[in-house]
Order: sequence, then structure tokens, then C-alpha cells
Amino acid sequence: MRKILILPTSYLILKNMEVLKIATAGSVDDGKSTLIGRILYDTKSLTSDKLEAIEKTSKQKGYDYLDFSLATDGLVAEREQGITIDVAHIYFSTQTKSYIIADTPGHVEYTRNMVTGASTSQAAIILIDARKGVIEQTNRHFFINNLLRVKEVIVAINKMDLVHFSEDIYNKIKADFETLMQKRDYQDQNITFIPVSALKGDNVVHKSRNTPWYKGQTLLEHFELLDTEDVYNVGTPRFPVQYVIRPKTEEFHDFRGYAGKVYGGELSVGDEVVALPSQTKSKIKEIYLYDQSYQTASRRSSVTITLEDDINVSRGDMLVKVDDLPTIDKQFTATISWMDSQNLVTGNKYVLQHGVNKVLAKVDAIHHKIHPDYSGIEEHISALGMNDIASVTFKLNKSIFFDPFKNHRTNGSFILIDSQSNNTVGVGFIQ
Amino acid sequence: MTKDTSRVNPLENEAIYIIREVAAQFEKPVLLFSGGKDSITLVRLAQKAFYPAKIPFPLMHIDTGHNFPETIAFRDRLVKELGLELIVRNVQDSIDEGKVKEESGRYSSRNSLQTTTLLDAIEEFKFDACIGGARRDEEKARAKERIFSVRDDFGQWDEKNQRPELFDMLNGQIHLGQNVRVFPISNWTELDVWSYIERENIEIPSIYFAHTRATFLRDGLIWSSDDEVVYRDENEVVEERLVRFRTVGDMSCTAAVLSDAADIASVVQEIRESTISERGARIDDKRSEAAMEKRKQQGYF
Repeated sequence: MRKILILPTSYLILKNMEVLKIATAGSVDDGKSTLIGRILYDTKSLTSDKLEAIEKTSKQKGYDYLDFSLATDGLVAEREQGITIDVAHIYFSTQTKSYIIADTPGHVEYTRNMVTGASTSQAAIILIDARKGVIEQTNRHFFINNLLRVKEVIVAINKMDLVHFSEDIYNKIKADFETLMQKRDYQDQNITFIPVSALKGDNVVHKSRNTPWYKGQTLLEHFELLDTEDVYNVGTPRFPVQYVIRPKTEEFHDFRGYAGKVYGGELSVGDEVVALPSQTKSKIKEIYLYDQSYQTASRRSSVTITLEDDINVSRGDMLVKVDDLPTIDKQFTATISWMDSQNLVTGNKYVLQHGVNKVLAKVDAIHHKIHPDYSGIEEHISALGMNDIASVTFKLNKSIFFDPFKNHRTNGSFILIDSQSNNTVGVGFIQ
Repeated sequence: MTKDTSRVNPLENEAIYIIREVAAQFEKPVLLFSGGKDSITLVRLAQKAFYPAKIPFPLMHIDTGHNFPETIAFRDRLVKELGLELIVRNVQDSIDEGKVKEESGRYSSRNSLQTTTLLDAIEEFKFDACIGGARRDEEKARAKERIFSVRDDFGQWDEKNQRPELFDMLNGQIHLGQNVRVFPISNWTELDVWSYIERENIEIPSIYFAHTRATFLRDGLIWSSDDEVVYRDENEVVEERLVRFRTVGDMSCTAAVLSDAADIASVVQEIRESTISERGARIDDKRSEAAMEKRKQQGYF
């Protein structure tokens, strides 16, 4: 007899059940940190001691306004130079959601940070300075968020106060961005335009009186109404085995559980599954989360699965449904984003980490470099440098079980590790 | 009715995933346990990650000797009840061996001395991964911390040269002598932790709840009076106050807050309405604006 879990009532009213991760992208001086500071201020998320520190420093610097960027720029070097040089994470919550903002720098040389921030986010804010309009940097920010298939993109046209809240200027920028959108690969991305002034607070949390012509939502309203289930890209269920649990105690003498996180879809007790790479079939017997057993493991839940049959499954293996096999191959082509100062050249070998599985990979061919500003591709490339994006074919020492990135954000991505430095040197999206 | 796991906290799922990666990728992990609410939460998450098996790594407490006695009593009981292995290393020993020098005076604390004891213990046991309860919302420098944060042979953090962390993939490959600090609850806020403690009905030390305590005021903060550990001027008057602690560090660097929140529900309510950040009551962060970043570079947790 299976135990029935009855949720206490407090469980249902508990906030912080929904989490939305948002990446930000903007060029230097587009007001990204100010925007985040403004959101924190208007949602009353800044505690009084933090607010005091901001007031004190703003005064010291001789500003006649509050410098909200001080709420986010964490490192000493950043405060000295007045710029953001690494991804910072900012947290706040409302009655409906917990928000995590990845504040990523907008410099040309920091593509890797933008890719990193976008990889863990389901939404992105692209900032445009209303005085400058769509610039080359904007193309890059959009390209990266589209390449990484971030579901929700907000184009925040900032500093509207400096262009007299002009509807014409807003419409012109919107039209320019829409032209850019025609070049995108990922068509299902939701894109929303909002005219804002981060410094003055227009349309960030509160509706602006200065933009009567704008009938849409404020930035925060938009995020509040997003369904956090919808923003995760849905694929087919994939269960990469992280760890094999064998208690070897008297009570659980024969227990053999496969611990992992479910990606893309859900798995239920009774589902017929195949273990990869052995291709052995079995059925899901039990699904555990701690001491409770469940009928169904939903997307993104960390569970422990037991199987009807005693088959050999270890870390790096994958459980999938019988009628839903991924591609099993020792060779593939991927779009990669290179993140290391040492060049990638044909013939180089790397450790390739695909989920929790590690194999050895050799660069078979670099096909072409892709300019991340939509200005085209460059062929006959012999090496890739830091921040380059390119189409590359890899050969592996062992097969992996993958889906194209466009069908599965998790099972279609991998990282490359340099076996000399042990650093993460690149990320790839399987074509 | 179909019962599924979809109502499960996404932060909990993430933390369990991270803890499992530690057990799978490292030879000798350890969970750094301070007796505070964050490390107690980590213990519960680790239990969940490996159930029905036991947590496959030990706990380690770097004991400054300035802990609240309630915390130590709680620690020992928890370890016994769960059948966990506990390693304790003492800052006092590092002082006696002449490796560190005790601070003196008004704002003296053993907080920064912990670093030496911790690094020595990591070397002694050859730990390659240390799981800790730090959260990015605590402090500005911590907001930049990775989930797997690589430390060199000297335990130092190179904040300008951190590995990018993409999607869910955690790269735990290190050189001999290096170790990784792992932060499974990086993305939790203080309120998330308290809500979780409430929901999971996790026991925590009594000092987190309102109690009467002998205290004195300094710089607008309420300090626990303990003449052995906490420096006090003659003109700083001891009075009984109804207080609780929001964060539990050393007695010498953790201030109390006036509170009548005697149970977990009232504590959660109080945190929700609070306008002061958690570390506002930590004197060690107030030394300078870059205090935390400097300590982290030197190998502090």
C-alpha cells in the first residue's frame, strides 16, 4: 500500500514556490544596475541598512539622486571603475514569485558572462538607451538570448525621461528591433517592448503618467503574470543518473535507487523505460523524494527511481521512455561559444561534460564562425578565440545520448573542460 | 488522484541536485557545520538527497570556542540522533600553536581566525570539497560566488577568474591540492530558509527564538553579556532583555534583536516584515565596505 502524502494547508499558501530567473543584458551606461536597483527599491526589497549605505555613498559622490547601481555592483574593482565585471545575482520576492536576477555585463569582451547568465534563465531583459536606439551591442544581446533559447525577452527602452517620453522615438526603436527579429532562429521566443525610465521609475514597477500612449504592462507586472511552468522549454523526459543509492542496511537490504533530476517531461510509476547505453528495458517501480513515494516525478524534480528489474545502471547513464529515444552517437555538430584565452584549434582534445556524463572529445572540424551581431558567417577558420561563436564538429571516444538543443535545452547542451587547466572553456548547443 | 512532485520547491530540487553532484564528483567531501540555521538546512537537504542511505560524508565544525553553548548542545544532539560523523577542530588549538594571534579590545572576535583552522583541517583530512551554507543574498561579494567555487592550495578565492557555470552542469575537476567550496543553497534567500524550516518542521537551536538574556547596548546593537568571551566597557550596562538571534555566529560578533517571536511561524512573519538585512547584525561585515570580499580572498568561508 502506497503512502498518501497530504499537504498541510500552510504548504499551499507558502510563498517562494515559484522561482523566475531573469538575465539582464545592456551596454555600458544603459542603466542596467540602475534598473535593478529601481526594481528593488520600488518593491521595497532594499533593507534599511542597505538603503542607508546607498544614500551615504551617493551623497559622498555628490549626486543629487540615489545611485541604485550601488545596490548591485559588488566587487571592489567594480565600484572603483563604476562597471559590472562579473555575473552578480540579486534576489527579491513578491506575493506571487521569487525572482533571481543575473546581472550580466554588457561589454563586448564579456560575451561569456552573458551566455552564462542566459543559460540558467528563463527570461531576459535587453536594455536599450532611448537616445541611442538599436546599436551593434543590442544585436549581440538579442543574438545570445535567441541562441540560448530564452523563452521570454523584454526589450526595455530605457532613459525615456531623456527623450521627453516620446512615443515616436519608442516606435522607431521598436520598429528597428522588429527588423532585427526577422533574423532570429528561435521563432517561438516571446518578445515584449516596454518604455521605461529606471532612474525615475517609469513603467518599472509602477505605471507611468508620462507615457499615456503606452497601454501595456509595467516590467514587474509582466513578470508577475508569467506562468513559471510555461517558461521552461518542454521536451521529452530525460533522466540522467547522478548517483546510485545503495543503503545496504537491514531495512533496505536490496534497495538500489537511481538518483537524478527529471528534465523535459515527467516520468511515472509503471512507465516502460530503456537504460542507456546498455539499451536494457525495464519499468519504473517506485519514485521517491526523501521518505515519500510518488506516482509521478514532474519536470525539474530531484528524485530517486527504482526499477522492476535488477539491471546495471551507473552514473552518467540515462533512463528514457521506450518510444522516445534520443540520438545515440559518437559524433555531432554543435554551435559553440568559446570562453578561454587559449584558442580552440582542429585536433584539440577536451573533456566533454554532457549533463552529468563525461567523455573525451576531439575537434574534428571548425566549419565557420558566426558573428553574434547578425552580420553573417566567416568560413575557412583555423582557430577560435575567447568570445567566438562557431559551428564545430566533434568526435567522441564514447557515444552520448543527446537531443538537438532546439528540442531539449538540457539534453542538447554540453560544456568543454580543458584537461590541463581543468577550467570550463566552452559551451555547446547540439545542432 | 494522481500524486506528483510538481508542488515541490524548485530551490530544494536544485540543492539536492548539487549535493548529489558533490558525492559523485569528489573523493573526500565534507559538510561544514556551524550549528546555524543554514547548515542545519543543509543537513536536511543532504538527508533527502541520499535517502534511504545515510549521508555519505562527515560534518565538520570549526569551533571558535566563542559559540553559544546552546548551539554546541544542539550540534551534539543532532549528530547523535542522525548517526552522523562529526569532526571538530578548535581555533583555540591554532592560537595555542602560535599560528594565529588573538585579537584584543572592543571589537575583538575570533571570526577571522577560523580561516587558519579551517585550512589546516582541509589539509589534515585531504578534503577536496567543502559544502557550506553561504547564500548569495547575504552580502555583495557573495552574490558573485559560484556554486562550485575553486580554491587554490592556499584556500584563496580568485574572484576575477571564476569558472563559468552553464545550465545545470557543474565542473568539479581540480588539481591535486585544490579544493572546491560548494554552496547548494546559493540561490535561497533568508526568507526561503526560514520558510523551509517551517514547512519541514526542522529543529533549530533555541537562541533563534525569543528568550530573556543578559545584554548590553553598543553602537545601537544588542550584545550578549558574557565577560569571558565578549569585551565590555565598564560603562556598558548589562540589562535583561527579551531577544532572539537572527543569525548565529560567535557570541563576540553576533548581535541580538529585540523580539517576542517564540515559535517558527512568528519568526517567519518577523523576517517577512523586517527592514534590516540579516548581516546588519554582524559586526564583522561592518569593518569596511569590502570586508567580506577581503576575507574571502584569504580563504574565509
